[in-house]
Formats: sequence, structure tokens, C-alpha cells
Amino acid sequence: MARIGVFICHCGSNIAGTVDIPRVVAEAQKLPMVVHAEDNEYTCSEVGQRSLREAIQEHRLNRVVIGACSPRMHENTFRNTVASAGLNPYLLEMANLREHASWVHGDQREAATVKAIDLIRAAVAKVARAQPLFARQIGVTKRALVIGGGIAGIQCALDIANAGFEVVLVERTPSIGGRMAQLDKTFPTLDCSACILTPKMVEVGQHPRIRLLTYAEVKEVRGFVGNFEADILQKARHVDHDKCLGCGICWQKCPARAPSEFDMGVGQRTAIYIPFAQAVPGKPVIDREHCRYQQYLEWQRAGAEGKKPPECRICEKLCPVGAIDWEQRDEMITEEFGAIVVATGYKTFDHSVYGEYGGGRYPDVITSLQLERLMSASGPTLGEVTRPSDGQPPKTVVFISCVGSRDDSVGRPYCSKVCCMYLAKQSIMLKEHDPEVQSYIFYIDIRAGGKNYEEFVRRAQEEAGTVYIRGRVSKTYPEKGKLIVWGEDSLMGRPVQIAADLVVLATGIEPSEGAIELAQTLHISYDVHSFLVEAHPKLRPVETMTDGVFLAGTAMGPMDIPDSVAQGSAAAAKVCGLLSKDTLALEPMVANVNAVKCVGCLLCQQVCPFKAIDTETLRDGRIVVRINEGLCKGCGLCVSACRPGAMNLRGFSNEQLLAQVKALTR
Amino acid sequence: MSYQPRIIGFLCNWCSYAGADMAGTSRMSYPPNIRIIRVPCTGRLDPLFVAKAFQEGADGVLVAGCHPGDCHYAEGNYHARRRYALLHLLLEFLGIEPERIRLEWVSASEGKRFTQLVTDFTEQVARLGPCQAVGGQS
Ligand SMILES: Cc1cc2nc3c(=O)[nH]c(=O)nc-3n(C[C@H](O)[C@H](O)[C@H](O)COP(=O)(O)OP(=O)(O)OC[C@H]3O[C@@H](n4cnc5c(N)ncnc54)[C@H](O)[C@@H]3O)c2cc1C
Ligand code: FES
Repeated sequence: MARIGVFICHCGSNIAGTVDIPRVVAEAQKLPMVVHAEDNEYTCSEVGQRSLREAIQEHRLNRVVIGACSPRMHENTFRNTVASAGLNPYLLEMANLREHASWVHGDQREAATVKAIDLIRAAVAKVARAQPLFARQIGVTKRALVIGGGIAGIQCALDIANAGFEVVLVERTPSIGGRMAQLDKTFPTLDCSACILTPKMVEVGQHPRIRLLTYAEVKEVRGFVGNFEADILQKARHVDHDKCLGCGICWQKCPARAPSEFDMGVGQRTAIYIPFAQAVPGKPVIDREHCRYQQYLEWQRAGAEGKKPPECRICEKLCPVGAIDWEQRDEMITEEFGAIVVATGYKTFDHSVYGEYGGGRYPDVITSLQLERLMSASGPTLGEVTRPSDGQPPKTVVFISCVGSRDDSVGRPYCSKVCCMYLAKQSIMLKEHDPEVQSYIFYIDIRAGGKNYEEFVRRAQEEAGTVYIRGRVSKTYPEKGKLIVWGEDSLMGRPVQIAADLVVLATGIEPSEGAIELAQTLHISYDVHSFLVEAHPKLRPVETMTDGVFLAGTAMGPMDIPDSVAQGSAAAAKVCGLLSKDTLALEPMVANVNAVKCVGCLLCQQVCPFKAIDTETLRDGRIVVRINEGLCKGCGLCVSACRPGAMNLRGFSNEQLLAQVKALTR
Repeated sequence: MSYQPRIIGFLCNWCSYAGADMAGTSRMSYPPNIRIIRVPCTGRLDPLFVAKAFQEGADGVLVAGCHPGDCHYAEGNYHARRRYALLHLLLEFLGIEPERIRLEWVSASEGKRFTQLVTDFTEQVARLGPCQAVGGQS
């Protein structure tokens, strides 16, 4: 039998000034199952809480209603209080007499008092049907999975590992480093990108607590916070990295060529390759598509018709340690993790939709990332910027900004944030490479918010003599070895025409290939542009709505290196906070199933946003659902979808809500 | 207003309940007829609760949740919106005027909007008079 105690708070004059408290107490006393009712000046004060504890003991209360402020304010406070008096903390209900009555009906004493009595009655009806709930404790696997080895993922993995936890870092390409490794210098300080990045890459490669899986991808993730299990596909490299010494003889002698992904196609690589000289790991992979021996095997499999291709196998013959392994197969690795960080970065916009810029049609129209590779001392031209068409150094260079940014007509309404700054950087660098270079930048607006950023753009204009033209380019065409760029100077209100040697497109930033598939297996959200979505844009910037899954870097939206690093560290702090716990308390206000009533229609499974509903087969062969309490967040969608009424929500059960409805419509 | 309608409000915990709190914190004022029931999400709302409210003598039901895209559980309010469309038909079938129920989005910062909404809705329900449907007790 429920023994309910009702406590009405004056909140000074906040409630008592409007609501007739003695009348509310008197009415409360008449309610069924209420064995005690009292009022307090401030129930949340030390005195009030003591009085609450004493009343629980004195009157042997097993349910408590507090009529005070919003439960959003003090529900936790009072849960702790009743718990300290030996009562289950979920046998408490609050009636919101302040925000929902006295404060909004200040001039209507009678109406506010009647409402307060109603709210107390509803709370009593609800708490009478409350069940004690217990937060289940679960263990935590003290290992983190970081997906994506760009600067954000690198920073994150290092911070977690240096805090003492194990990390598995999964990178899709043969080396970590991400886009930052492709850059020449970095704004606004003009640090050499490789010089500041490679030490971190090496640290990752040698860290005793980081296990690096390159040329690998996360295929599936199961489980929930503290207890994830991931299937990671290690693609076959055909090189045994345990034997390989990274001496380099194989890639120096390999006769097969392919466009280098790392050089954005402006350079070539061999079929057995490391993407760039400072790659980590510094051991190669064999690209099956371009390997001659693999082509030979393919030819054999297809029936050995036509001309016999060379069997090659030069790498195998030259390798001093016998590391080439043609039998190697793709391998699935399954590991357990307590937390996951997604740092999968970005790719650049495909500019071919802008026919007027001539990208793809004219060899001397390149992208800014290609220019980075041309400017880099370790790039395909060893830092000599030359025109792809004839190898001549360009003297007049036109940059076009916002290619796939701030343009609704191509589905990219957002600003890519880094382009204004890297255009200034590239124009300064071109001038440093060759003082005869004259750069022009067509822009919409110059966005240079950031420490020393505005000054940096000023430097491009004043020191490098870069000419900024506000307006769009309408067409580009070749004429007498030059590229004629037609545009509009919208400030001067007149057309401009520039005969350029090189045209550089500032292609915008969009999420990496495969971001959606990854988001789906992790049950995290992505926006219309496929950028991953944070739990709160201001207050929870590196968390997701799935507990235990965090975000860092440009996978979430355009940002520069300092921001990506800050986010990597922020996500690491969140991960460490989680992994430092031995157990986690699961929220007990979750769904529960009555297996007797469940008909196995699985409608609940379809509506559950958290994939928290599993099935099980009973001994009699019936299939019923089971709640994964680690994943359930207690939204109650399944409960209202359940036709046979088998599903219920703890803390907001059907019986409780109906009792409230009844109490309020009486 | 001599006739005082009874209105039940089902508010999601994360946005609209907080929006109603905001109206209080900002000392705004609205008609005292509404009685608020806190639910975790508008997606928790079983159409049965609404039907039950009318059967038990409510004259109007207000359902409020997070704006589309803002639901704390990502998609609860989309389900609520779809169910609401069906609920309308059901209520008409039961002989309850569709004007007696409303689904609205109120964020945690929209205390002003909540105030306005409750004021409008209370007036609207008052004009309709007591709900005669279902049990027909009233
Ligand atoms: C032309 C250009 C110049 C720039 N210059 C500057 C500059 O001077 N200064 C500056 O601050 N910023 C600059 N930036 C921006 C800078 O490149 C980014 O801020 C930074 O590289 C973002 O790092 P990240 O780790 O978030 O992403 P990325 O560098 O893109 O790293 C992501 C990594 O994840 C891997 N990956 C992707 N998907 C998966 C998957 N499913 N599984 C496993 N691994 C995956 C990728 O292979 C990659 O290694 C420039 C950008 C461009 C385009
Ligand atoms: S949490 Fe507000 S509508 Fe779902």
C-alpha cells in the first residue's frame, strides 16, 4: 500500500505570494493514499531537506510528491534527498507550482490555487503508480577506436594514449597524415606543414599504446557506450609488414605507373608504393589494379587469350627479406572498445559542374589542392610551380574562390571557411617562389575571422601585391597559349579580362566518401550535406546523440587545422572522462517489454531511432522483442507504436500518464 | 470569459516543457485553464491519451514538442506529426471538432510563443464551448 507524503514549498513568496498554501496542504491531505502533507519555506534548503527526510522516516512514507519549482530545476536534488532517507529515488514526483502556476498567474490567486491543487492531485496519481527503478551498472572497455588518421584523428589518438589508455587508429589510405600532409605551408604563420605534422605522425607510429591500422576500414559497429564491438577490414597489402624493413628498393624499381592520389593526379606513383616519402607506416602496399603481376594473373584467369602480359614480380625478386606475399587476403579484425571518435575529414568539391571555369577541359586549370602539391618541395615537381600543359613557370595566375561554396545552385550553400585564407597563402607563396608572378583573386567576400588572419590577407595584398577582384568569373577559354578569364568587377561595375598562365579553383570542402555509411553503422546523424552532426552546436560540440561516440575535425563541417586540432583534443578529453570510469550507470527510465503480450510484429523495431530493440526466440518458438538497455534512451516511441500494449516506459508508464489525465480532467 | 474550458497540455520534456518554464521564469502570463503533463517526447504520446482526455471531460488538448529537426531523440516529433494527422480523423469520427486539438512546436527559449499559443488556444476552445463528445457526460 502506497504511503504518500506531500511537501509544498513556499519558495519564499514566489509560490506562497500567489497560491493559498494552507488550502493546497489541506486538499492534499484528503487525497487517497496521502498519509502526510506539510509545507516548507524552502523545501530545497538544508532545513527543508531535513524536514523531508524526517517525515519520510516518521510517517514511513514510500512515495513522495513535492510541489515546488520545475523538475528541470530540482528533481535531481530531491531524488538525492529521498535516496538518503532510504527511499528509491524514482518514487518521487514533482508538481511544478512555480513556473506553471504562481509565476504565470500572478494576479489570479484563486485560479492559481485551484491549478496547484490539480497539479498536486496529478502528481499523487502518478507517483502512486511508480515503481522503484535501479540504475544498472555496466563495465567499460578501456580502449578507444579513432577512425580517420588526419590531423584531428592523430591529435585525438595521441592525447588519449598519453593519458594512459589504449587506442586503435584506423586509417583508410596506406598512411596517416590526411590532407594536412598534402599541404605545403600553412596559414597564417607559413609553417611548413610536413615539418609540424611528421613528428606527430612518427609519435603515433611508435606509441606503445597506439595500434595503427592503415589501409583499413571500419565495417560494422555493434553495442553501446563502454561496450562497443567493431569489425575492421584490413585490406590485403601483399606486403608482410612484420618482415618489411621499408628499404624502398621495391617502389624504386617497380615499372608500373598510376596517377598519385596523394598528389591529386598531378604526379605519378608506382604500383607498389608508399603515398609520400614521410608516410607512416613507411612500408608499402601493392595496388592490385595497377600491379603487372596481378594483371597477368587476371589475364590467366580470364582464359589466357591474346598477347601475354609481362609476369613482372620484380619487387618479389628484389625484396631482401621476402616480404612480398601474393597470398595475403583481406582480413576482418574484431575488437572491443569503450569509446569511438569519428575524424574522417573531407574531400574537395567536384568542380566539373562549373563548365565556365574550364576545369577538366584545359590542363592549366587546376585545383588549389593540386597547387599545394606543385608548391611542395617534396611534390612531383620538387616545388617548382609549372604549368601542366607545357612545364613553363606561370607568371599570371588567376584564383577563383567559392567553387562549390556559398552556391545554392550546386547544392553547396555553406562557406568552406578555409579557402579565403589559403588563397591568400598561395598567392603569397607564389610570389616567394617567383617575384615575377602576379596573382588575381576573384572573390565574393573575404572571410578572415581568426587570430592574425585579417593581417595575413592584408599581407597578401600589400606585400605580395595580390589583386583582389570582387565578382564572379563567367567564362574561361584558351587563346594563344594563355587562358582568357572573363569576369565581372562588381565593385567597379565593369567587366574584366585577364590573360592567365594558370587558373586555380578554390574547390569547397565536403565530407569524405563513405561518411554516410559510417554514420549509419554508428547510429549518428548527418546533415543534408552529409556532415556529421554534433549533439549540441554550442554546448556539446564534439559529442553525438549516441553516447560514447564523438566527433573531431572536418567530418563535422569545414574548419582549419587549429580548429581540427582543438576538436581532436576536446574529443580525447571526453573519451578519457568516459574510459576513466570502471562502470557506467545506465539511465533506468527506459522501455520494457511484456513478453506475454508481444506478438512479434516488430513495429517498435522500425520506429526506434537508436536501434535499441533486439529480438529473441522463446522456448515455444515465438519471436518477441527485447530492449537493449544500453542503447535505449527512453523516448517512448516504441511504446506508442505498440499495438498489443506489450511495451511500456519506466517512469512514464501508460498507467501513470493515464492516471494523470484522469486526475486533471476530473 | 464565464465558461472555463479544461485544457490538457502534453509537453515534451526537452523543448516545450522548458519553453513553458521559460514563460514562468520571464513572468509572462496566460489563461490558467491549461494543465500540463510532462512526457519525454511527443513521440511518446499514444493517441489513446488524447482520446482518453476527451472522454474524461477535457475540452481541448494541446501537444507541443521540439521544432522539426530539434527533437532530443532525433525523430520523435516526425512520428508525432504523422500520428497527429491520423488522430484528427479519429477524433472527427468520435464527433470531436478538430479545433479542440493542436500540435505545435515550441523551443526551450520560446516562452513568449508558448504564452501566445496557450492564450489563443484557450480562446479558441472557449468559443467552441464544452466538449459534448464520447461519454457525453459534460
Ligand atoms: C587547398 C587547401 C589548403 C589548406 N591550407 C590550410 C592551411 O594553410 N592552414 C590550415 O589551418 N588549414 C588549411 N586547410 C584545411 C586543412 O586541410 C584541414 O583543416 C585539415 O586537414 C582537417 O583535418 P582532418 O583531420 O579533419 O581531416 P583530413 O585531413 O581530411 O583527415 C581525414 C582522414 O580520415 C581518413 N578517412 C576518411 N574516411 C575514412 C574512413 N571511412 N575510415 C578510415 N579513415 C578514413 C582520410 O583518409 C584522412 O586520412 C587547407 C585546405 C585545402 C583544401
Ligand atoms: S524531445 Fe521534444 S519532441 Fe522529441
